[in-house]
Amino acid sequence: MKNIYKLYLIGVGGQGTVKASTIIGEAAMRKGLNVVMSEVHGMAQRGGTVVTELKIGDAHSPLIEKGSADLLIAFEPVEALRVLDKISNKTFVVINSSPIIPFTVSLGISKYPEVEKIIEELKHITDHLLVLNAREIAREAGNIISENMVLMGAGAASPDFPLDKEIIIQSMQENLPPASWEVNLKALEGGYKKVQELRR
Amino acid sequence: MKIKEILTSKEGEKLFLLGNEAAVRGVLEGGISVASTYPGTPSSEIGDVLSNLAKEAGIYFEFSANEKVAFEVSTAAAAAGLRSFVFMKHVGLNVAADAFMSTVYTGVKGGMIILSADDPSMHSSQNEQDNRIMARLAHIPLLEPSNPQEVKDLLKFGLDISEEFEIPVLLRTTTRISHMRGVVNVGKIIPGGKKGIFKKDPSKYVVVPQFVVKMRQRLQEKIIQIQKIAEKSKLNRIIDTGGKELGIITSGAAFNYVIDIVQEKGIKVRVLKLAFSYPFPEQKVLDFINTVDQILIVEEVEPVMEKEVLFLLGKHSLNKKVYGKLDGTLPIMYEFNPDIVSMGIEKIIQGKFKKEKTLKTQLPLPLRPPVLCPGCPHRPAYYALKKAIKKLRLNEKDIIYSSDIGCYALALQPPYNMADYCICMGSSLGVGSGFTKATSQRVIALIGDSTFFHGGMPGLINTIHHQEKLLLVIMDNRTTGMTGGQPHPGVPLDGMRNPAREISIEEVAKGMGAGFVKTVDPFNLKETEEIFIEALKFEEVAVVITKHPCAMITATENKKSKKKLRYKINQEKCSRCLLCIKNFTCPAFFINQNNLVNINPLLCNGCGVCIQICPKKAIEVIK
Repeated sequence: MKNIYKLYLIGVGGQGTVKASTIIGEAAMRKGLNVVMSEVHGMAQRGGTVVTELKIGDAHSPLIEKGSADLLIAFEPVEALRVLDKISNKTFVVINSSPIIPFTVSLGISKYPEVEKIIEELKHITDHLLVLNAREIAREAGNIISENMVLMGAGAASPDFPLDKEIIIQSMQENLPPASWEVNLKALEGGYKKVQELRR
Repeated sequence: MKIKEILTSKEGEKLFLLGNEAAVRGVLEGGISVASTYPGTPSSEIGDVLSNLAKEAGIYFEFSANEKVAFEVSTAAAAAGLRSFVFMKHVGLNVAADAFMSTVYTGVKGGMIILSADDPSMHSSQNEQDNRIMARLAHIPLLEPSNPQEVKDLLKFGLDISEEFEIPVLLRTTTRISHMRGVVNVGKIIPGGKKGIFKKDPSKYVVVPQFVVKMRQRLQEKIIQIQKIAEKSKLNRIIDTGGKELGIITSGAAFNYVIDIVQEKGIKVRVLKLAFSYPFPEQKVLDFINTVDQILIVEEVEPVMEKEVLFLLGKHSLNKKVYGKLDGTLPIMYEFNPDIVSMGIEKIIQGKFKKEKTLKTQLPLPLRPPVLCPGCPHRPAYYALKKAIKKLRLNEKDIIYSSDIGCYALALQPPYNMADYCICMGSSLGVGSGFTKATSQRVIALIGDSTFFHGGMPGLINTIHHQEKLLLVIMDNRTTGMTGGQPHPGVPLDGMRNPAREISIEEVAKGMGAGFVKTVDPFNLKETEEIFIEALKFEEVAVVITKHPCAMITATENKKSKKKLRYKINQEKCSRCLLCIKNFTCPAFFINQNNLVNINPLLCNGCGVCIQICPKKAIEVIK
């Protein structure tokens, strides 16, 4: 593993970005690694953009330097474009293709780009782009609310990811109520498998 | 991790804690008996955790009516010999300032620690004030942690110092520390929860001129003694990577950026990390300065330590170059990050660090500002108010919407545009009252239930007393919403989740002498509109209370009952008038690729108010 592994997650309030990040962070601690994480609370959560940043390894600040993220997980397609300054052509990018259209678009005061164009732009930036329909995989697992577990599983299947799936699953179970384990496990495995297929 | 583990984990165990969670463990290890707060981001989660654990921990915790009351509650506990903890966001300390400035004169018996969570870059605040200056103004010792482990350790340390010198201690975090998660080694919890005894001594506790003159002198003596402790404290430590050309003095979150850059780029410097930073350890800093050629100060957010250092150089007639905010090496405002600090260091060592190319998107990005939640009771209240104004043919341009701190200020966005002025907690009424005197414009004041109890009541008394014509809308959503949903005096529950006396806002307003007071459920749009029309015709202060639980409360209930109603658009009936989208603006509605109006089932909270809006009755329950 690299000295410091940098992981950036971005999504929309309500998608469970912070929960997924906490599960990853706690898994890292469980493995005996140092880990720091930054999360967003308050005003920004009312349907706005939510960002978490994690550094696993010998770091003091969780904030990721420009162009240096190892992995970007975008829980929503257009949100990936907001943080291009954090990634480079070396960054592994996992992106959910299911958009959440903000009310400003319905009101006609801003435009939502076509998802295909978003993907096209990301392809120009990185050779390590993985697109999956997390909402669909979550639906198949039993609940669309488990989108975040699909994306967490997808991230865990990316190369260089410093934690194995089993420790993530254990951490998930420690953070979520037992009644939700079955669906969340299916979702997580679904995301993991999808990325393995895409990487072939 | 489960929240309970913050209390139950044993000495030596490791937890992955948020700074705010680590704070709770810290004060439990410090043996507190009483804790109090008024919720405010970035400090809110401390209260949420305490609310969850206080009973089991055997301590007393309350959500007070406001920060000043919270401060006074903890002050009393400390005067009675108990250890206490009061915490708030940075601007909350302004509300508590009157008590803050005098408690340091009376001093304390049991240890008392104050936590102020500052918000550089104003992620969820109205200003960027640096409360390290408040410590200096009051002569209160100051601690500055850099991570969750230090939050925990320094709170315990602060309680010890406070008790030893009988003086309250201030611990200052910033958003990046309060909302940072890290690995925390926990220590031993000291059980608190005893009852204290207050020993009468007016010369110590009554701040009349006859006594305060002596108290002031005693305070001065304490500060001199505590400075000696700060000089020797291991909390102020040097990290030496083998250079003497540059010395960096830093604290808090800024330290993290500095040390990461120094380690990653292999820079040879000496770093002085100050965590016990007021009284300023002058000798320690002076000794440090003497070992390096030039100095860089990296701090958030005012140049506080930088000025201390410049003062020291002057005092000792030393001539050394000081880099920092004042000479433009680092930005004078907003929070730092690794890139900003990196650029500052680059300027001094005159070498370029290797950098990745910064990428930018070519596509237009849609705005995604925070919005009122789907199912929020404020939305129909605004909708009905707008309709009432229209019916009365009042010109919206002539109306001043005097808003307040809370979710309802989000109505400043289109299509509502109903927040014209808002400066601080409770200001809707004081400012509203001023506008009625200063202008001939119509004033509508809007305030939430928790904010009304916090700071709105004196403003309302003032407005009623002066017989002004003003419509006050109290948006009572049964909780303190914006900070995540904490109880307040208007609900029958306290911070320990025990039953509490519910204070009726309606009775309060009537008791103050308001001539028109009516309560309505905003989910009934027609009735709400009618009451607003009546209120707007009233010639003096009219109070309308729109009362319906916050969408977060409904969401929790829906989850439990599993009875959430689901809605769809009957496309055959829908005329695409877009009233639901353009005028009501519930974020669950959207226009799909085929230009049809749709409801996102994941976002819809099942409130069904939209049914009352649709002129074609195209919104139907899914059976």
